[in-house]
Order: sequence, then structure tokens, then C-alpha cells
Amino acid sequence: MSSLWLPILLAVPVLGAVVVALLPKGADQVAKQVTLAVSLVVLALTLVMAFQFPSAKGDRFKFAAVYDWIPSFGVHFGVGVDGIALVLVVLSAVLVPIVVLASWHDADGVRTADGTLITPKRSVKTYFSLLLVLEAMMIGVFAATDIFLFYVFFEAMLIPMYFMIGSYGGAQRSYAAVKFLLYSLFGGLLMLVAVIGLYVVAGKSTFMFPELVGAIQDPATQKWLFAGFFIAFAIKAPLWPVHTWLPDAAAQAPAGAAVLLVGVLDKVGTFGMLRFCLELFPDAAKAFTMPIVVLAVISIIYGAIVAIGQSDMKRLIAYTSISHFGFIVMGVFAMSQVAQSGATLYMVNHGFATGALFLAAGFLIARRGSPHIADYGGAQKVAPLLAGFFLVAGLAGLSLPGLSSFVSEFMVMTGTYASKAHGSGALTVAAVVSALAVILAAVYILWMVQRVLNGPTAEPVKAFKDLSAREIVVLAPLVALIIGFGFFPKPLLDVINPAVNQTLVNVKVDNPAIAEKGAGQ
Amino acid sequence: MNPIMQAPTIEYGTLAPMLLVFGAAVLGVLVEAFAPRYLRKVMQVPLTLVSLGGAFALVLVQVIMRGAPTEAVAMGAVAVDGPALFIWGVILVLSFVCVLLVNDEGHFVASAAAVPGSADEEEAEAAGGGHTEIYPLLLFAVGGMMLFPAAHDLLTMFVGLEVMSLPLYLMCGLARRRRLLSQESSMKYFLLGAFSSAFFLYGTAMLYGYAGTVSLPGINKALAGGALLDPLLLIGFAMLGVGLLFKIGAAPFQAWKPDVYQGAPTPITALMASGTLVAAMGAVLRVFWVGLGNLDWNWRPVMWAVAALTMIVGAVLAITQTDIKRMLAYSSIAHAGFLLIGVMATFDKSQQNAGSLSAILFYLLVYSFTTVGAFAIVTMVRDPGGEAGHLSRWAGLGKRSPLLAGVFAFFLLAFAGIPLTSGFFGKYAVFAAALASGSESGDSLGGWMTGLVVLGVVASAVAAFFYVRVIVLMFFSEPAADGPSIAEPSMGTVAVIAVAALVTVGVGLFPQPMLDVAHQAAANLFIR
Repeated sequence: MSSLWLPILLAVPVLGAVVVALLPKGADQVAKQVTLAVSLVVLALTLVMAFQFPSAKGDRFKFAAVYDWIPSFGVHFGVGVDGIALVLVVLSAVLVPIVVLASWHDADGVRTADGTLITPKRSVKTYFSLLLVLEAMMIGVFAATDIFLFYVFFEAMLIPMYFMIGSYGGAQRSYAAVKFLLYSLFGGLLMLVAVIGLYVVAGKSTFMFPELVGAIQDPATQKWLFAGFFIAFAIKAPLWPVHTWLPDAAAQAPAGAAVLLVGVLDKVGTFGMLRFCLELFPDAAKAFTMPIVVLAVISIIYGAIVAIGQSDMKRLIAYTSISHFGFIVMGVFAMSQVAQSGATLYMVNHGFATGALFLAAGFLIARRGSPHIADYGGAQKVAPLLAGFFLVAGLAGLSLPGLSSFVSEFMVMTGTYASKAHGSGALTVAAVVSALAVILAAVYILWMVQRVLNGPTAEPVKAFKDLSAREIVVLAPLVALIIGFGFFPKPLLDVINPAVNQTLVNVKVDNPAIAEKGAGQ
Repeated sequence: MNPIMQAPTIEYGTLAPMLLVFGAAVLGVLVEAFAPRYLRKVMQVPLTLVSLGGAFALVLVQVIMRGAPTEAVAMGAVAVDGPALFIWGVILVLSFVCVLLVNDEGHFVASAAAVPGSADEEEAEAAGGGHTEIYPLLLFAVGGMMLFPAAHDLLTMFVGLEVMSLPLYLMCGLARRRRLLSQESSMKYFLLGAFSSAFFLYGTAMLYGYAGTVSLPGINKALAGGALLDPLLLIGFAMLGVGLLFKIGAAPFQAWKPDVYQGAPTPITALMASGTLVAAMGAVLRVFWVGLGNLDWNWRPVMWAVAALTMIVGAVLAITQTDIKRMLAYSSIAHAGFLLIGVMATFDKSQQNAGSLSAILFYLLVYSFTTVGAFAIVTMVRDPGGEAGHLSRWAGLGKRSPLLAGVFAFFLLAFAGIPLTSGFFGKYAVFAAALASGSESGDSLGGWMTGLVVLGVVASAVAAFFYVRVIVLMFFSEPAADGPSIAEPSMGTVAVIAVAALVTVGVGLFPQPMLDVAHQAAANLFIR
């Protein structure tokens, strides 16, 4: 009955992490190779699973497996994926091998071309085994169908990321790591109260998500529990005004860890809103729609404006992400099929686009030894390949038509514009205001590109080498995905749409897409 | 009235674990008196370990072969019920583990009577040997810890309290390094402890005046029909509460904890932080549950305030600490506050609630093991002048000895209640019990319970800050050039740390077996 796909997918990286951690001292090269091999195995398994997904058995959650874990608390080791979870699991599995390759020399002690040490030598095998532990938890958090298990992964995944930032990051790493951990922990603990409250009030003696859908009827209770979940997810996503940890964490983390932090970990927040806030507390979600959409619009505009003012490349990218997360949250709460599918698609596309941008920026920083935009100039002439990839990733960040982010941003905006979920006018206004961010995005990306790539070549930039073969292998697949899904997003949407429809059914929103097809469940 | 005095009936079989510990303690005193100096340690260590192990085996025999008795034994003086047996088991394992730490070289002064820095001290130091009295003292303390939570009337409880406390006062002053600090802590603990004992005794007298009996169920019965606003009752219960809350270090009676924890020899600190807390928590539960159960509308609001204050004081003051042992002391205060949330939850609609009782028992188990492990690691990080207490000395420890620092970081994460450690499930169990009891319809404190849990969560987040700060120091700071050395650990210390780490990981991954044990122990509740 239970499918072994997901348990295996969780076990492989954990075992890999143990193997890497137990390698003898000095076996750095082996550690990297093992990590890469393990992450590729996970990727292969995930892809096979993804291609079987349309034909797999199960109503909503396919590849489901449920084992008793703590019967006293009604906790199960329950995993399974719907379309939304599947694409996010695939996103994680795709990004990890890329990050492994990108971080190949990060713990060796990074030197610039002229030999200045940026980051000292650190334990290589610890870094890579943390990376694999993180991969297992990222897969687990999206695949969990038991809310308690979700919470366990949600909190536990902070620890490897905390050590990756704190031990391997830049000059302010310890401050950034602590800030990241405390923000997330605080949100997580509030969510813990809500998780317990959900269990107690529902009175079903189980934490299995499918059984808890619709279990809370009282609107007042719904609102309190919704708040507990939502604050945790808003911190994670992050939404203005609880976003301040992200620029610090992302700027101080090594580029690879920043990719996973912004590309995957933050998606847990938006994923949680879509899966848990909406489906478990539909009435509260509808009641809070407008305040949340307002916060999302503030995030969109505020993130974009502040991004323009940044002098540090990684901080700039982090602020653009805050703007993008605003779009995702707006799409989630627009309560229409197009907007929510767009938001889910955005989660994936943003992972690829921002991942590519962070990595390309990381390669620039590794060459120059400085994250400051002012220290660059004219990189295009010396390193045309690197410049090209940086440009494409940047353009994906501003949602240029033809690149994947455009599709999702467009869907979110049109879906929100047309949504009738909250009267007719309010969401339309929100969509119109958020469209301003498209212009701001062009400013922050193109201005950065101009300062870094164009103009007279700065003296230290002249020594830049162009991309090595390893670096090309890192960036090429991401850019290929960005362009590929830009022209042909259908495979992703085919997987996402049914899951979104099911979400809307549980939220009890009239959904024309379902009415047309006449397929109720 | 029968003029002939009846011989009391004593159920020796049921009391055997406690009697064994006390018997071994008396035997240990005889060894001190008659065995030659060079033989003492050789005899004391096995005697102590065997008696503690044997007592634990007897507890298991009692549980498995006969089940928990449903009547109080020894003429109604001692109640060996499910919770008591659980607490006995935990205390015996913990004290066994602590003896392994005590056994390690060099924690105790050679001659406590010698003035620090004097020629006498040097002489005693040169003669070697050290105090082997520590073993019988420790056994007496453990015996007291067993009697304290199992006592069924207030006088027996007072005897248990004193038998537990007096050896601890003494042992606190026996540190080999920084002796003045150690003696100061001993003095402080003794004076304050005596003061709190007086409160306890005064409260007992008042309650006797009210109920005409010191037996806990007798007092409860008197409450059921008597006047509930009698000054004798109110003063009595308040004073009793002060005495008990002092022992668990609840605010505002927490001031002794940091000083005593810091000054005492670390193995003794480990014993106090684990064993004493477990025993005192058991006594608190029994008194408020069995003795004052019918007064719950009266003491629960007070307990609410104490729990809230304890969590806040513990978590906030811990942030400012610069000494690792003081920090752990404040952490222990915060955890006492979390436990008090559980005590609050034991009543809903004046019903006894097995769910929250088992949650507290489970919490006690997981917390105390992690605590012993953490203090065991503290004993290993040393400066030339003794343990490296100041936090700044721990900087960069993760680079010098990654394994040790890693295990310590893991313990700290368990204290902070991060998932996949035992501490998370402890906290979860207590919070869940509290919310469940608060959501019962008709409970007068419903919304207040939720408020307390939210407060507990906020305190946990604050507490996480100072645990994380130590991790930052150990892993993200550069090691000092003249940093502390890591003592070559003895087999005993390694075993202690290994056991603590295994429990923390094991229960963190698979809590169900331990939950089952706690649940079974709590199923039949306290004997009333």
C-alpha cells in the first residue's frame, strides 16, 4: 500500500551525509565527489518519480506512505506529494547538485586572482554533509502530509542552514546566522502553539493533514490558529515587515547556501500558506485576505525600491526576492486558480532565476573578493561568458518575456486582477499597484548590470578569468531551464493545476476552471 | 483506646529500593570509620554503584512483577505509586551516572577543613586520597530524593527534604578548585535552604492546625468539607508552597541557584540540577495534587503567576550571564517554569489528569539526562586553575575539539527544544497538555492556560538566544591563543556523556517507548 519512493528519497541524502561526515580527515576531494554523486542519485530518483507522477495511484497525494511514529501524540511519518509539493521537491533536487558544484572550492579557502584570502579554509566534509542533511529536510518538508512531521522538518532544517551561514559565510556571518535562526525559531514556536491548538480543538487525535482539512469550523478559533501559522510562514517567506533577516542572511551566506536559502527554504513559507493556512482555515484566510494582500503589495514595492539602493550585489538580490515573494503571496491569497497556479509556478521559476543570479554573482565575487557593485565595471570585456550568464539571470529576475519568470508573474497579476474573491475592485487595485514593480525591477537589474558589466574596465577586473568548465556546468542547466520553461511552461502547469484546483475546493472558492470541466473532485 | 502500643507494619518489599540505598549509605559510613585510607575508595565506589544499580533493579522488579501498589505503605507514611516508582527509577539512573562523574579525579578537595591556601591544605593535597565520605553522603542525598516525592504525609516529606538537603549543603563546599567560591555557595545554600525548610515546617504546622492531620489525603478530605478561607489554611498552604518552590528554584525563590550551581563541584551540580529537580518536582506535584487538590481554585492563579515569572526570570537573566555554569543554572530555572506549566495543567474541572502528569514525568526524564550530559562536558573544559567557567574561554572550542563541542551544541539545542532532540518532545508534551486542559469546557482558567503557553513559547525563543550564543562562541569565533585544554576524559565521564547523548538522540527520534513508560506510570495517578 505504502509507496517507498519518498522514504527512499529522504534516506539517500541522510545516508550520504553520514558517509561524508565519517570520512577520514583530509579526504576532502572524496567528500565532494560522494556528495555530488549522492545529490545526482537523488535528482535521478526525483525525476523518475516526477515522470511517473501523472500515472501514479492516489487521489491527491501520490506516492503516499504513512507509518505510525508517535501514536501517543497521533503523529505519523506521513509523506506524499501533490502537484504543488512535487514541483518544489523537484526544484530542491535540481538545485542541490548545482549548489554542490558551485560550492566546490568554497570551503577550501577562497582566494581572489591576486591571492588575497576572502574566506579561510574550513572543514570541507562538514559543509557537504550539512548540505546533504539540508537536502533531506527540504524534500521532507514539502513531502510531509502529517502536520507535526512538517513542523519537525520546518524547525530542524534551520540548524544545518544556521551552521552553513555561521561557519562558512562572510565577515558578519555570526550576526547573520543568529538573526536568521532567532527570527525563524520565534515564528516556528508560535506555529507550534497553533499546531497543538489545531490538534486539541480538532479533537481527531491525528496530525494527518487530509483528515484535518475542514476540522475547524468555529471562525474565531480559525483566526487564532491561522495567525499562528501565518506569522511563521510570513517570517519564512519573508514578508514585509518581518523580512529584515533575509538580506543579512543571504548576503553573509556562501553563494551556494544563499541559493538554497532563498531558492528553497523561503518557499516553505509560501508553500505553507497555500497548503496549510488556506486549506485548514479557509474562513480565516478569506477574512484576512485584504490585510495580507496589502502586506504583499508593500513587500513588492518596498523590496524593489530598496533593492535599487543597494550597493552590495547579494543584498540587492535578496531585496529583489522580497519583492518577488510579495508577488507569490499575493497570488496565493488572490484565491483564483490562475493566480495560485501562477504563484506556485513562480516559486519554481524564482528558484531557478534567483539561483542563477546568486551563483553568477558568487562567481564574480570569488574573482574580485568584494560584493560591492562599485568595485566592478566592464566585466563584459574580460569575461564575456560570465557576463552573458549574469545578464540572462538578471533578465529572468526582471521577468523578461520569453524567460520563465515572466509567465508566472503575468499569471499572478492577471489572476489577481480578475479575481472576484474579495469584491471586485480591491484585488484589481492591488494588481495594478503591483505592476509598478515591473518598472522598478527593470531599474534595479539593469542598473546593476550596467555598473558591473559595462563601462570602462576597472583595474582589478582586468585580471578576471572567464568561466571555468565547472562553472559553466553550474550555470548552463539553470539558464536552459529558465529559457525552456519560459517558452513551454505547460509540463509544470499540468502538474500544478489539479493540485491548485483541489486547494480551491477545500477553501470553498467558486472556481470557473472546475465548473467548466465538470470535474468536482 | 488500646493501651498497648502497636508495632507498625512496614512493607519491606515495596520499600526495598529506598532501604537498600539508605543501608548502603550507613555501610559507607562504617567503611569510612573502620577501613584503612588506601582501601576506602576501592570499597566505596563499588558499594555505591552496586547499591544504586541494585535499587534500580528492585524498582524494575516491583514494576514488572508486582505493579505499583494502590495503597500507601508504612502506616500511610509513604506512597510508592506509579509516579513515585518512575521518579525513583529516573533518580537512581541519574545518581548512578553522577557517581561516575564524582569518581573522576580531582573534583573534590583533599581536606575540607583545611583553610584555603594554607600549609594544611598543601599537606592534605600531598597525602592524596581526598574525601571518600562523598560516597555515603551522596547515597544519603539520593535516599532523601527518593523519600521526598514519595512521602504521603507532610512530616515524612520534611524528613525526606532534610535528608536530601543536608548532604547536598555539605557536598557543595567540597570543590577542589576555587574553594572560597565553593564554600560561599555551600554557606548560601545552607542558610537559604534552612530558611525554606523552616517555611515548609511552619506551613505544615498551620495545616495541621487546620486539618488536624499531616497526612496529605487527610488534609484534602478536610478541605472538601471545611471552610476554605480559614487563615490557618491560607497561611499554611502559602508557606508550604514557598518551601517547595524554593527547592525547584521557581521565581521569586530562585536566587540561590546560580550561586550554588557555580560554586559547587560540577558533578554535584549535575546531581542537583537533575536529581534534586526531579525529586522536588515530584513533591510539588504530590502536595498540590494529593494534599491541596480541593483547593485548586485557590492555588492555580498563584501558580500561574509563579510559572510565568519563573520562565521570564530564567530566560531573561540567563542572557546576561558570562559563566557557563551560571547560565545553565538560569536555564534550569526557565525549565522549572516550563514544568510548572505542566503542574498547572494537571487540573481541569478539578479532575486529575493523567495526560499532563505523564507529560511532566516525560519532561523530567529527558531534561535531566541532557542536563547531566551538559555538566559532564563542563567538567572536561579546563584552565590551569580548574574548569574554564567563563564563556569567553569557550570561544573556538568547535575548532579545537569538534566532537566535544558538537555534542555540547547538541545538548544546547535539546535545551532549546529544537525538533529531533528529546527536549522538543518534552516541551511539546507539556505545552500540549496545558492547551488540552485549557480547552476543556468549564475550566475557569481556559484562556489563561493558552496565555501561559504563549508566554512559555516566547520564553523558549528568548532562551534559544543564549543557547545559540554559546554555539556561536564555540563554532563561529576564532579560538583564543591560550584557550582552555580539554581534559583527557576518564571512562566514567565518557560513559556519562555517551548515555546522555544517546538518550537525547534516541528519545528525540523515537519518543514512543519512553512516552509509554511515562504514560503507564501516570495511568493510575497518585495514591490519594
